[in-house]
Amino acid sequence: MSDSAEEKTESGKTADSPRTGVTRRGFLKGAGLTAAGTALLDGVQAFSSETKGGTPASVTELGPGPVPVRLHVNGAEHTVEIEPRTTLAEALRINLGMTGTKIVCDRGVCSGCTVWLDKMPVNSCMTLAIDAVGHHVTTIEGLSSDDKMHPLQAAFVKHDAMQCGFCTPGMVMSCAALLERNPHPSEHEVRHAVSGNLCRCGTYPKIFAATLDVAGTARNA
Amino acid sequence: MTNRIAEDGLLEQAGAPGKKTVEMPVGVPGYTLAQESRDVPVAEPPVWPTNKDLKYVGQSVERYDGAAKVSGQARYTSDVQLPGMLYAKFVNASVPHARIVSIDTAAAEKYPGVRGVHVIQHVLGNAVLRNPALDPVKYPVVRYAGQPIAAVAATTPAAAEEAAALVKVRYDAIPFVVDQNKAREADAPAVFPGAADEAASAGGGGGPTDVKQTGNVHGPSIHRKGEIDQGFKDADVVVEGHYVTQVQTHSALETHGVVADWKPELLTVWASTQGTSSVREELSAFFKIPLTQVRVITEYMGGGFGAKFGAGNPGVVAAALSKKTGSPVRLMLDREEEHLSVGNRPSSDQTLRIGAKKDGTITAIHLVAYGTAGCGTGAGCSGPAANLYKSGSLHTEENDVFINAGPASAMRAPGHPQGAFALEQTIDDLAVKLNMDPIDLRDKTDDHPVRRVERQIVRESDLWKSRNPVAGASPGPIKRGVGLGQSVWYRFVSMNSNAEVRIHKDGSLEVLSGVQDIGSGVKTVMAQILAEQFGVPPSQISVKIGDTNHPQGPDSGGSVTTLSLTPAVRDAAWQASQKFLADIAPGLGATPADLVLVDGEVRSQSGKFDPISFRRAAAKMTTSQIAAQAKRIPDYDPKKYLTYGGVDVAEVEVDTELGRIHVRRVLSVHDCGRPMNPAQTISQINGGIIQGISYTLLENRLLDPVYGLMVNPDLEQYKIVGAREIPEIEVRLVEAYIGQSSTDASGIGEAAGVVSIGAAIGNAVYNAVGVRIRQTPMTPAVVLAALRAPAQGKETA
Repeated sequence: MSDSAEEKTESGKTADSPRTGVTRRGFLKGAGLTAAGTALLDGVQAFSSETKGGTPASVTELGPGPVPVRLHVNGAEHTVEIEPRTTLAEALRINLGMTGTKIVCDRGVCSGCTVWLDKMPVNSCMTLAIDAVGHHVTTIEGLSSDDKMHPLQAAFVKHDAMQCGFCTPGMVMSCAALLERNPHPSEHEVRHAVSGNLCRCGTYPKIFAATLDVAGTARNA
Repeated sequence: MTNRIAEDGLLEQAGAPGKKTVEMPVGVPGYTLAQESRDVPVAEPPVWPTNKDLKYVGQSVERYDGAAKVSGQARYTSDVQLPGMLYAKFVNASVPHARIVSIDTAAAEKYPGVRGVHVIQHVLGNAVLRNPALDPVKYPVVRYAGQPIAAVAATTPAAAEEAAALVKVRYDAIPFVVDQNKAREADAPAVFPGAADEAASAGGGGGPTDVKQTGNVHGPSIHRKGEIDQGFKDADVVVEGHYVTQVQTHSALETHGVVADWKPELLTVWASTQGTSSVREELSAFFKIPLTQVRVITEYMGGGFGAKFGAGNPGVVAAALSKKTGSPVRLMLDREEEHLSVGNRPSSDQTLRIGAKKDGTITAIHLVAYGTAGCGTGAGCSGPAANLYKSGSLHTEENDVFINAGPASAMRAPGHPQGAFALEQTIDDLAVKLNMDPIDLRDKTDDHPVRRVERQIVRESDLWKSRNPVAGASPGPIKRGVGLGQSVWYRFVSMNSNAEVRIHKDGSLEVLSGVQDIGSGVKTVMAQILAEQFGVPPSQISVKIGDTNHPQGPDSGGSVTTLSLTPAVRDAAWQASQKFLADIAPGLGATPADLVLVDGEVRSQSGKFDPISFRRAAAKMTTSQIAAQAKRIPDYDPKKYLTYGGVDVAEVEVDTELGRIHVRRVLSVHDCGRPMNPAQTISQINGGIIQGISYTLLENRLLDPVYGLMVNPDLEQYKIVGAREIPEIEVRLVEAYIGQSSTDASGIGEAAGVVSIGAAIGNAVYNAVGVRIRQTPMTPAVVLAALRAPAQGKETA
């Protein structure tokens, strides 16, 4: 999460909700969503009320039916009609047709659904789409630009760092995020970065090699 | 290489009509390579030399669909979205054993968004009673918690899930059993009221049907060779062990499922499957419609590992709902359903005795095995005991034990990780007892010419040289050990392997087959074969597979795909090239016999014209497209070289205080005939090793004995190895030519490490601590218990 977005969140961070004021569990307990008095959700301040313990007069309740939500994905604005309980993974896949993001465990343990919120990798199956409002979402489809592969994508191909390919988008997003914050990681750091990404075909050694190749780091460094 | 009209390698006409005798490379380059003659059909293409003399085949060409997979463009079944598509959700049994009294779907049908509800009348996958009249109820008897009962189709996934929860099922509970040992007892609850069988399937699931059944014990299935009693009498030493392995689930990342679109004239099904043909055949049989009215498409699929054959319950239920609603229906299982209802690797409980002479000659191998495939069969595990070593006598008894759990299915080298875990540790026990080196003992008793080379490579490796032959010798609480295990798999050929190659007038080339790519990379290999034939880069070849509209391809199970399909691809490419040269020869003022296709050029051997590019030559075609279709012909000499395998070495550290086993390094030496694409082959071997480590140390399907439910049907409590536990893996790929087909390829999926690594870890642990672990998963609790049982170490000393 970027600093500027953080400032917009009145409630700030809590132990339960490090990124926004809304948790999936907390949200689902309620029938709907309390939000600022606008039908179109387009700013994170919309979600500040839950942690205040009451419903201010200026706040109306949305849901459980579909509401229009504005998402910023891969550099473009999209408005989708979704139930507030919709996860970001569902919104990307079903509403926006961006099926590169995979749903595997649907409970945040395999990282197959990894996307970036402002360059921070998150499990989109554990992120409500409304939590992504006001953030820049990057998916696997948005990692390459002008039909040119991201260097890490090219390295994955070069090293054959895939088999069935179902974990590959999540792996690429996790490793690319690592390179964003640490351009020259060690192998230990690469392993750490994908320690939440599950691959059933057993492609890990080549994923490490591909990422270290882009980083210009020797294996076992 | 050069492709001539005249047959290369033609030495003489053999006696048989329509045959020619060719010389083929056979053996391992650098070790045993020689030429052997084979009588092959006259129409077969010229013999390829070894990989070092080929341009594209045998090279690590980049994966054909790599760019699509890294960019999220690859469209899997779970990604398919059709206009008006409904989402379906199963209603599953909440109890492990019951007759269904009634199913009330009224509330679900009225739920907003619901378009159809289907109640299952014939559940697939479970063993079937020999006398079906013993199940005299309207609905299928529930034999495991999670068995599908009905399904709901709705306009959104959430509506389908909510409506499914409104279906009311009344059960008449039947006593159940989920513990394999309890199920063997005389007074155990019966999973079936009479004998039941699950016929063996093409994918490797199921088991023998001609055996007796006593209570829940289906068997034994007995195999004998020689006189076992005499074999033990002849023995100087006897070793014995009791080995127990757990149930593992496949846990492919893409769950089972389909998108079915029923139209009166054609049922189109996108399926996450290892066999497009198998799905089509089951749907055709189930709905009694001709094969021509079913089309199955698998553009990409997210892992199967043996569990994805046929339409299964998701396939037939989605098709039924599509027929009922008039809309396409998507039915993808959720993660819990994937664990419960669509297959697993059976457990094993093995008692293995081996007798041998002082010099290591094995005189007797006796295996008695029980395993559970849930409410299915297929827990046999005698493959390694029967096929790895020479023995004067062999006696195996295999039993399936029914329990109230989901039916097993084939899983990567069915029965073999279990069998090798027991066999290869017992062979090491024998080596200890005979005071022989484990490799010397195997050299004495294993004749396979390629494994002999592989053991030599292991013997000369730094990793093996670093092994201290004295078990438990390393100082301190963290003990290091090195051990090996051997694997075996078989050369199964699927004759349902067809391909078509098309040459277009613009010079573009395509190859088509119904085969699916399950991650092994068969698309890449098909492109490489055309590239080799036509002398153009693989990137210029268009590969179209995963569609039953194409010539039928093999189902991908038992490591059959590459070895079965590639000769058909090569033969089709060869025949298309011959048709092509014959077609353009007159336009070039040449005879077909004068033309050769080399390095992307058409040349006149007599110098009639300057070489022209393949593309320019194609423009001279007298028709817009030249095509040839070829089928798989039988192996050239099917009596020879029927197995292949490998040797895997593991280095472990055992923390004797915490009980933790850490696999540090693995050396994996494997053969698979002619490696068609070494990078892809190595990827599969890495995968076999990693899955095998996960199986040996972590994975375990846990069933609660009180409620009969799986307690870890997810990916956080069902532990699978992750990035931080992956060892350094060195793969040594051994080219092993066997002279069996026009490509001489074999398969690797099963033999790749998954068979042998568990035993290698077991032997390494013994080498580290001097105590043998005979149980998987080797959790810290299991390790500490073994370390604290001093008698156990002596048993094998």
